[in-house]
Amino acid sequence: MIRVHELAITQSVVEVVTERTGNSKVSSVRLRVGRLSGVVPDSMRFCFDLVTAGTPLEGASLDIEQPEGRGRCRACGDDVVLVDPILLCRCGSADVEVLTGHELAVASVEMA
Amino acid sequence: MCATCGCGQADVRVESLASDGPADRDHHPRHGHLHEHAHPHEHAHAHEHADPHEHADPHEHAHLHEHEHGSARVRTSARAAGPVPGVVEIETALLAKNDSLAARNRTRLVAQGITALNLMSSPGSGKTSLLCRTISELAPTRPVAVIEGDQETRIDAEKIRATGAPVVQINTGSGCHLDADMVARGLAELNPQAGALVFVENVGNLVCPALFDLGETARVVVVSVTEGEDKPLKYPQMFAAADLVLINKIDLLPYVDVDLDRLVAHCREVKPGVSVLPVSVTTGAGMDRWRDWLTDPQPA
Repeated sequence: MIRVHELAITQSVVEVVTERTGNSKVSSVRLRVGRLSGVVPDSMRFCFDLVTAGTPLEGASLDIEQPEGRGRCRACGDDVVLVDPILLCRCGSADVEVLTGHELAVASVEMA
Repeated sequence: MCATCGCGQADVRVESLASDGPADRDHHPRHGHLHEHAHPHEHAHAHEHADPHEHADPHEHAHLHEHEHGSARVRTSARAAGPVPGVVEIETALLAKNDSLAARNRTRLVAQGITALNLMSSPGSGKTSLLCRTISELAPTRPVAVIEGDQETRIDAEKIRATGAPVVQINTGSGCHLDADMVARGLAELNPQAGALVFVENVGNLVCPALFDLGETARVVVVSVTEGEDKPLKYPQMFAAADLVLINKIDLLPYVDVDLDRLVAHCREVKPGVSVLPVSVTTGAGMDRWRDWLTDPQPA
């Protein structure tokens, strides 16, 4: 499903990268999109070609790391794997501190 | 880009509706028909300073320039350093720009003692009706102003205008959410008085608005009982972002297959301990507790 916030967010990939690298041609882009971030990587891939057309990122490959959601239960101290934004520990507590999974960042780029 | 209405940026339009009659609606004569302009470039920058009435607050202007020059400087220095061949570490959050604009909105609002509430829901939950009733109940005691976000039309802003409250309509065109930049422009146009309560009615959508900080004081998610009791579980990002959940249309509970207690429990499954207020905008039930909450809204 294509949702428009992925379009806006993929557009910001171009802005973040070109602010750093200017007009130099970029051959690949590595993103970090956590599984709890609310952003769908496939939608970003779909949008990427559209928004990079005519920019220094045109034709670049897109590599998306997807860190899983991990947290720690404040009630029992257990580590919890979070498959969705519903924070629930096996012990029944919903008081879970999210450690990873919310990432939404450009990690690095490779220059052509 | 025109700093008043942002007509140069994609197809977003910001428009204020004067509360004292339709004659004032074309406050911005060269923008009277923004949506008919096919090419944003035609607007250029020429009128940015054209009419002093459009920029009631000189500080607003100063900040905009500061920002534009500021980011230009950053870009220049980055280019001067030049990209090195091979891998370049970027490590920049994708929402960093929105988040920094939101932080700036927040600082300005706090400085002026303005409380801003970001209202989010699916289309048709009753946000606009809630606002109309709230404004008429609060109006004698507290200044209220509204930023209306919709993809198209100023139907909602016209409804708010009928209450007498100052209102700015933002049409996002193809956009599915408000972002911090749109709200900054909306606030510049609205120019709410110090101490005011500003409602920002986001685009009706339970997905995208959850990701974008606007600089608001608190976030209110509205869900109506006719939407079913599973909404918080189906759209957890949105309900997890809520500082308050308002359950509207409780007068319809006898007619729908929804258990109010289960709906409340689902809200708290996604956001433990979140405040939940059941209301009916139609009958007025629960509106007293909502008004109480509005006296000092706090982020959860």
